[in-house]
Amino acid sequence: MRQLTRRSILAAAPAVAFAFKAWPARAKDYGPGVTDKEIKIGNTGPYSGPASSYSAVPKSQVAYWKMINDQGGINGRTINFISYDDAYSPPKTVEMVRKLVEEDGVFFTSATLGTPCNSAIWHYMNEKKVPQLFVATGATKWDDPKGHPWTIGWQPNYQSEGRIYATYILKEKPDGKIGVLYQNDDFGKDYLKGVKDGLGDKASMVIVEASYETTDPTVDSQVVDMKAKGVDVFVNCGIPKFAAQAIRKAAEIGWKPLHVLSSIGNSVGATLKPAGFENAKDIVSDFYLKDPSDPKWKDDDGFKTWIAFMDKYMPDADKSDAGNVAGSSLAGMTAQVLKQCGDELTRENVMKQAASLHEVMVPMLLPGVTANTSPTDFAPLKQVQMAKFDGQRWNLFGELLRGAIG
Amino acid sequence: MELLLQQVMAGLANGAIYACMALAVVMIYQAIDHLNFAQGEMAMFSTFIAWQLMAWGLPYWVAFALTVVISFVAGVLIDRVLFRPVQKAPILSQIVAFIALFSILNSSAGEIWDFTIKSFPTPFGHQPLFGGTLIDTHEAGMIGVTLALLGLLYLFFRGTRLGLAMRAAAANPASARLVGIRVGWMTALGWGMAASIGAVAGMLIAPVVFLEPNMMLGVLLYGFAGAVLGGLTSPAGAVVGGFSVGIIENLAGTFVPYVGRELKLTLALVLIVIVLMFRPSGMFGRSVVNRV
Amino acid sequence: MTTVPKDDIAVAGAVPVQRELRLRPSLRHVVIAGAIAAALVIPLVTSSFVTFQVTEVIIYGLAILGLNLLTGFNGQFSLGHSAFYGIGAYTTAILMHNYDVAYYWTIPAAGGVCFVVGFLFGLPALRLQNLYLALATFALANATPQILKFHALENWTGGVQGLVVDQPDPPSFLPIDGDQWLYYFTLAVMLVMFAAATSLIHSRSGRAIMAIRDNPIAAAAMGINTSLYKTLTFGVSALYTGVAGALGALAVAFVAPDSFTIFLSISLLVGLVIGGVGSIPGCLFGGLFVLYVPNIANSLSSGLAGAIYGVILLLVIFVMPAGAAGFVRLAAARLSRSQQAPITGAQGGKP
Repeated sequence: MRQLTRRSILAAAPAVAFAFKAWPARAKDYGPGVTDKEIKIGNTGPYSGPASSYSAVPKSQVAYWKMINDQGGINGRTINFISYDDAYSPPKTVEMVRKLVEEDGVFFTSATLGTPCNSAIWHYMNEKKVPQLFVATGATKWDDPKGHPWTIGWQPNYQSEGRIYATYILKEKPDGKIGVLYQNDDFGKDYLKGVKDGLGDKASMVIVEASYETTDPTVDSQVVDMKAKGVDVFVNCGIPKFAAQAIRKAAEIGWKPLHVLSSIGNSVGATLKPAGFENAKDIVSDFYLKDPSDPKWKDDDGFKTWIAFMDKYMPDADKSDAGNVAGSSLAGMTAQVLKQCGDELTRENVMKQAASLHEVMVPMLLPGVTANTSPTDFAPLKQVQMAKFDGQRWNLFGELLRGAIG
Repeated sequence: MELLLQQVMAGLANGAIYACMALAVVMIYQAIDHLNFAQGEMAMFSTFIAWQLMAWGLPYWVAFALTVVISFVAGVLIDRVLFRPVQKAPILSQIVAFIALFSILNSSAGEIWDFTIKSFPTPFGHQPLFGGTLIDTHEAGMIGVTLALLGLLYLFFRGTRLGLAMRAAAANPASARLVGIRVGWMTALGWGMAASIGAVAGMLIAPVVFLEPNMMLGVLLYGFAGAVLGGLTSPAGAVVGGFSVGIIENLAGTFVPYVGRELKLTLALVLIVIVLMFRPSGMFGRSVVNRV
Repeated sequence: MTTVPKDDIAVAGAVPVQRELRLRPSLRHVVIAGAIAAALVIPLVTSSFVTFQVTEVIIYGLAILGLNLLTGFNGQFSLGHSAFYGIGAYTTAILMHNYDVAYYWTIPAAGGVCFVVGFLFGLPALRLQNLYLALATFALANATPQILKFHALENWTGGVQGLVVDQPDPPSFLPIDGDQWLYYFTLAVMLVMFAAATSLIHSRSGRAIMAIRDNPIAAAAMGINTSLYKTLTFGVSALYTGVAGALGALAVAFVAPDSFTIFLSISLLVGLVIGGVGSIPGCLFGGLFVLYVPNIANSLSSGLAGAIYGVILLLVIFVMPAGAAGFVRLAAARLSRSQQAPITGAQGGKP
């Protein structure tokens, strides 16, 4: 008797399971999470945990979508932006994204943050054919339309930035001795690789590879080490806290190398001010977004739009936190994709539109930098421009450099 | 040779940070007989309070003094509100209560003051000391203050009746009560002192590492390691332990080939564990013989 | 001033088995059978996602059981179990990714590797007590992600990028999907291991283990080989958490160094205490807490999620200082006391 009961339960299981998982029928041919009135978008980010310093990225997106809704939504639909905390822990990301896709029924995800976190859901999203738009990480692997057609990247990847630094160094100081300060995780190692690859057969110019962990109190000893070993080109890929420490320590010990700062740590307000403007003079970096704490953009239209957004929707936030620029830009790009979809709101069309961005601008992109994608090119932002700090502001020089890996 | 000297000095400078924290760790250990996981976060929160006071216009020393007093009161409050209810509970439950405190303080600080780094002033300035580049005035000041604090604590515990009462209360609460010591008050006093020391540590550390909600994560770990290395029963040992950890870590990172750079922290901790294996109570701790 | 820290873990609120409140044998069996029956039905009546979550609850419960064996039953404090979890997970990932081993063989392999690592770690740990042991295990927990990221091992571990693990396919003759199959697989492993732990605790070895926790000197005086038992317990504890890690790798289908930080160790510790130190069924409650409460906190406020989590944790500890198991015990004791006849008293000392 028990045998029969169990078997019949198992036989009925698929039907029951299907009934629970099937989406309710709709009038038009929409993808999941879309109705005539609403679109559901999913997101995860580090609101807590060791990477909580990036929490401004998801927070500013939440604020941005609120603004969009206040302005009437997109094509008449309000956006229900559901953002969960994953504490930068890949297992948690998997759980939260599965919740978004399977329980909340989102249309797609936008700007999920972190390389390991996105790596953890990469296979899942592509298997379930859910668009994983504009992942907020600079790893190189997201530009893979053949292998992972449902995932699209966002920012110029770290390796290409590293190569740009290498090119610059080869031009400015071809006989230099290079020291690289990098965070001992994916983005740090990517920067290092980019620099070494960019140097090609002159990779031996790098004589010190100094890593740090986010739990290290200071990077002073790494800086001291570099000076002692005769490094005269310093590639500083630290996050703001460590970049600032390095800048200050270098000045303290009277070390004045050719100082190349990565875009992660080049904010005037978040890095240079604590480090000391006098200590940061002549530092070189690359940009693809505007630095809101740089007085240069005071009268720029895009900047003014952004400030208006911040003042209204995030009045208590720290405007020098680059996460607020990144988050609102990511959301802006996603809004653009939705606009391009019009009423054809299927997941296939979302990817199609995301793969046909043509010179798309959002307010805080550097002038001249636009987003471009195609069915064979899933790296929207590829351009950066170098700038030199004069003690007060960043002065852009040279042309827009293309950062994509060949 | 010069590199060695420089790394030793850099290690001493870092070590001053750890020694400061280690003092606070040992302080709370003397009072309640185990480690407070949230010690670092309390110090961080106090430092933010000081920063906020200065942002509101108060001069440095006023903000400093006020913060020390506020931290003392907060420490006593935490003892009453958080620690007292779980005092009779198993030790693991107490540890979880501290973990909860950690979470609350860290999250609140991030929400109130954001995660961007803030510079924190120092009364010592950042000028290089002795003209050279080995150590600067703030780092020297930090070492000085740590040693001064250590001296004050020593005088307090050895030379005053209150200090004696505190030691008695922590060592044997039952007997202490029998001789009329208010054990509850002693514990509260211990918490307050630990919180104040932590605040001072935080205000000394922040000028070096920059103030942000996660600034104490690594520092607490190293401070803990330093305190354990030195022996949790000895404040002087904790200070020596803190300095040692700073030097060991720097030297390991610079001179151990191949693995040193990436596994710096691991190496430092492994060395500490090895020391502990030979001296299980730490370098200067006293081991006690228990009656069975 | 205190000197060597007292062996407070000994009186950590774990209750010796003999005095533990237990239901009458037949009632207990009914409850357990009922729970298992319910567990078998869950994936058939809930969504894939909930099945996945419950699988994770079981996995955390198993990991917490590992910690419980060491800390709750044997009194050795560990902050390093994230290391064993991670080693187990990476064993599975490396065997499947690099050597194409079938997933079910990786589970005992992970257990074996972790047993060895745990045993080896237990040897030097013999000399360390409480806080000093905490530091040593803390060192282990910190070292593990660093070692996993180490460039020389990148070819095996995938370095900072991690390794993708293929989710196991269900056997073709069963009409269930991958999530459900993984659930049943995990459930089966969990039941076997919980049963093994229970029988270990009730055996002579179990009593020896607990005797070492309660009074190590007396235990040694009675002839128990404390060193052997302590290191073996370390090994077994690591084995349990390692197996949980291996199952975790299958469930999440991905391993990376960032998944196995000290925060995981702390979560396991929290789960242990909330569930009830020294209680085997309590581990599952601990797993439930560790998975769901952060989600609850996050839904209340994304900015202050950590603070809310802390407050919830505090409230739970205040109300249930001995964990859920302790609470249940207390409640059942009160209930049975109020049911007993006041004058004739407890005849025969029935619980």
